[in-house]
Amino acid sequence: MNKTLNHRAWWMVLPVLILVAMNAVIPLMTVVNFSVQEEFYGEFSFVGLQWFADTLADERFQNALIRQLGFTFTILAIEIPLGIAIALTIPRSGVWASVCLVLMALPLLIPWNVVGAMWNIYALPDIGFLGYTLNSAAGLFGHDPASGPWFDYTQEPVAAWFTVVLMDVWHWTSLVVLLAYAGLQSIDNAYYQAARIDGASRWAVFRYIQLPKMKHTLTIAVLLRFMDSFMIYTEPSVLTGGGPGNSTTFLSIDLVKVALGQQDLGNAAAMSIIYFLMILLVSWLFYTLTMQGGKK
Amino acid sequence: MAKITLSNLAHSYAGAPASRDDYQLKPTIDHVWDDGEAYALLGPSGCGKTTLLNIISGLLVPSQGRILFDDTDVTALSTAARNVAQVFQFPVVYDTMTVYENLAFPLRNRGGSAAYVDRRVKTIAEMIGMTGDLDRRAHGLTADAKQKISLGRGMVREDVSAILFDEPLTVIDPHMKWELRTELKTLHREFGHTMIYVTHDQTEALTFADKVVVMLDGEVVQLGTPVELFERPEHTFVGFFIGSPGMNVLPATVEGDTAFLGGHAVPLGRAFSHAGADGIEIGVRPEFVSLSDGDDGLPIKVTRVEDVGRHLVVRTDFDGTEVNVIAPEGASISDRHNRILFDPQGIHVYSDGWIVDSDRRAARGGGKR
Repeated sequence: MNKTLNHRAWWMVLPVLILVAMNAVIPLMTVVNFSVQEEFYGEFSFVGLQWFADTLADERFQNALIRQLGFTFTILAIEIPLGIAIALTIPRSGVWASVCLVLMALPLLIPWNVVGAMWNIYALPDIGFLGYTLNSAAGLFGHDPASGPWFDYTQEPVAAWFTVVLMDVWHWTSLVVLLAYAGLQSIDNAYYQAARIDGASRWAVFRYIQLPKMKHTLTIAVLLRFMDSFMIYTEPSVLTGGGPGNSTTFLSIDLVKVALGQQDLGNAAAMSIIYFLMILLVSWLFYTLTMQGGKK
Repeated sequence: MAKITLSNLAHSYAGAPASRDDYQLKPTIDHVWDDGEAYALLGPSGCGKTTLLNIISGLLVPSQGRILFDDTDVTALSTAARNVAQVFQFPVVYDTMTVYENLAFPLRNRGGSAAYVDRRVKTIAEMIGMTGDLDRRAHGLTADAKQKISLGRGMVREDVSAILFDEPLTVIDPHMKWELRTELKTLHREFGHTMIYVTHDQTEALTFADKVVVMLDGEVVQLGTPVELFERPEHTFVGFFIGSPGMNVLPATVEGDTAFLGGHAVPLGRAFSHAGADGIEIGVRPEFVSLSDGDDGLPIKVTRVEDVGRHLVVRTDFDGTEVNVIAPEGASISDRHNRILFDPQGIHVYSDGWIVDSDRRAARGGGKR
């Protein structure tokens, strides 16, 4: 068979190639470039993997990584089960289903820095609704206001963490709800009927029908939430600025401090690449593992 | 196992029905279905057979009327409490479980002992021919195999009041269909469960069931044995729907023991003096029509002859209406044949679709309508 060769088709792809090159490949290569060179007054010299070795050995980086992992797993542990639980309570159809979905989607529509600013004010110990309420409640339980507010996220690492986690749960659980709900909607009614015929308990229906059918959308939910929370910057940056101390300085905040605050480009570039590879690796591992479970 | 009584039953999916046409099951359905019999619910798509089935199994609560299992009113009881098994049109399997666990699921949910569960699962697996696949995960099996599991789950419980099948063999390939249907029959004979089988395939209904319930537009038009449906269709739809080809239905006027079709007299062999005037039709199965080259009978033109193997189906044209004739295999059909004769034995008179009793039968008090 004769294949018609027409190389002009390549020109069609060119705009996309240029676009991708401009916004992804070239910036990434710049970062790679910085990560293996030392810059000294405009002079560049090749230093190999020195920056990577430094970064990995750096206690500050290690601590930021530990905080980052702690944060990500905390919010995953809360948002995924909570999202599923909420999705299960939303009606399958009717007016209330639409009302619930619209209400659920609201937090997702708010710009991230606005979320940070909102919670910054909301949780303020003296005038914020959340902070004030918590402190008043603490007063009722015998906390002495003279010793300073019981809940103060600007001073107390625990309070800061609580606020950051709560903010993220408020902001992003909706995404899990929507995805889980989409998974639930795809279940044919015959499954529920069969389960009733088979005398399955509510738990068995969840365990053997709903959960398996939600698996794919939940995988996507976990992936999205993992990546997003691992890269979280704007909200904690606006809310706490990484403090008090370094207690809410996550990887990206630390990265920005190194890169822009200290102009330490080599270190920052190495950090970026390590950071990028970690997200890539975890996402790939997770995706492969869950999707493999389905095949056989 | 139980006798099932449907009393004063009707169902409408849309709130308050304004007219009779708003009902999916028109008021009222009153039947007693005997314990241990195999019933087929037969009818075209959308006639309400699945609705009726779901009402019996308790997946649906009827808008009016009651359902009794033996003498217990189960209308308000849940599916689980009614203790029925149901198999659906499309396979429902629990993907994450093995075939064994799937089959064991209904028993384990009801707290069956491990030994008992094991024995039942093995028996059923044998029956559906999946003994070798018991340890496989149900996910990724073919639609055939999945439906066999669904069937197996329906039959695994021994103590059920009834087993309901909702077109269960739709997705199964023809060869396996035959085999499974035979298995179901065997099972029915062996254990004597009351079985209700929904289908739109007359062969399936007639081979499976002791009694066939024919439905049309939310009404039960006839409940009878396959022979009754064939010999005395109570509604023109039954005559038309059952049989291959179906009954010939021709508009006519009836006077005493003679029917007139477009000016041609057809002797009926018995008198129908109260047949009314409007909407009168006569129905004759092709088996009771014969071709003739004489001067008696209705004038027709043979339009087509189909050899279906066992006999010939002759399509003829009578005054613009198609009349089918079944002729013996090997008969030579030619243009000489320009008349058809009806065997009076096989002629029924219908008024507005429903059968009219002959004077003799009416005097005996036969027939429901």
